[in-house]
Amino acid sequence: MSHNLDAYLVLSALLFCIGVFGFLARRNAISMLMCIELMLNAVNLAILAFGAFVPSLHGNAAVIALIVMAVAAGEATVGLAIVIAIYRNRRTPLVDEYAQMRD
Amino acid sequence: MLTIPSTIPLLGWSWNDLLFLILAGGLLGSALMVVLGRDIIRCGLWMIVCFLFLAGLYVLVGNPLVAGAQVLVYIGAISVLILFAVMLTQSKAGPARLVFHHQAWAAALAAIGLAVVLVIVDGATSWPLAQPDRSATATTDVASKLFGDFVLPFEVVSVLLLAAVIGGVFLAKKDDAPRSDSDI
Repeated sequence: MSHNLDAYLVLSALLFCIGVFGFLARRNAISMLMCIELMLNAVNLAILAFGAFVPSLHGNAAVIALIVMAVAAGEATVGLAIVIAIYRNRRTPLVDEYAQMRD
Repeated sequence: MLTIPSTIPLLGWSWNDLLFLILAGGLLGSALMVVLGRDIIRCGLWMIVCFLFLAGLYVLVGNPLVAGAQVLVYIGAISVLILFAVMLTQSKAGPARLVFHHQAWAAALAAIGLAVVLVIVDGATSWPLAQPDRSATATTDVASKLFGDFVLPFEVVSVLLLAAVIGGVFLAKKDDAPRSDSDI
């Protein structure tokens, strides 16, 4: 089982779908950011599994995963800054109360 | 002298399989706790547990360097940042009762559908596998790739991080002109 690429890919897909559900269903903007982190981690797991099982990717996968991690760190920084900037004006972290931003 | 058998007694699995099952179960369970929990602080703490299980899985696929980076970057930096943001935006009167949208069932349907599609695609695809190479990726190998083939993405990422730092400071700093209507 741990010698099977499919097991890792299915695990990664399930983690990604948990993140998708949370992103769509949660009301709190910071919860949505957490779910984005879950999705990025699921993709990283898939990349590393491919790196372990596809010989031509061996070594490249670790570099790609590290780059994804750096991008995720930047995304979390800017995302949380945006949430805090909106919170300062609207006094709520709940995204469904930001509806007037559409107007 | 106690010797560890090469496979698990009675079941015949290898120890790696048992480790994979434990890590996978813990990972999915803690991810569900992150998504379904009602208290957002506890969601953040469960997210740290989830990242720990992921670091274990990275070691299991033979990437201890990435596992270390996972612990440092995700648990040490991103989780702490998210917990800080939670504490900054949480008010006492905040709604703890309704953490999901009213259309959460549609989101659940979409996520389950996506999971089914992904699993079907994974089962239907034959990956170009040769002999699996499970040896641990050497750090020197990663370093030579990072500063050889991948030097351009490396530099782009450094510029991106600088831009993210500047953008974060700019977005989160207080406005100079005091707002009169909504400031409390």
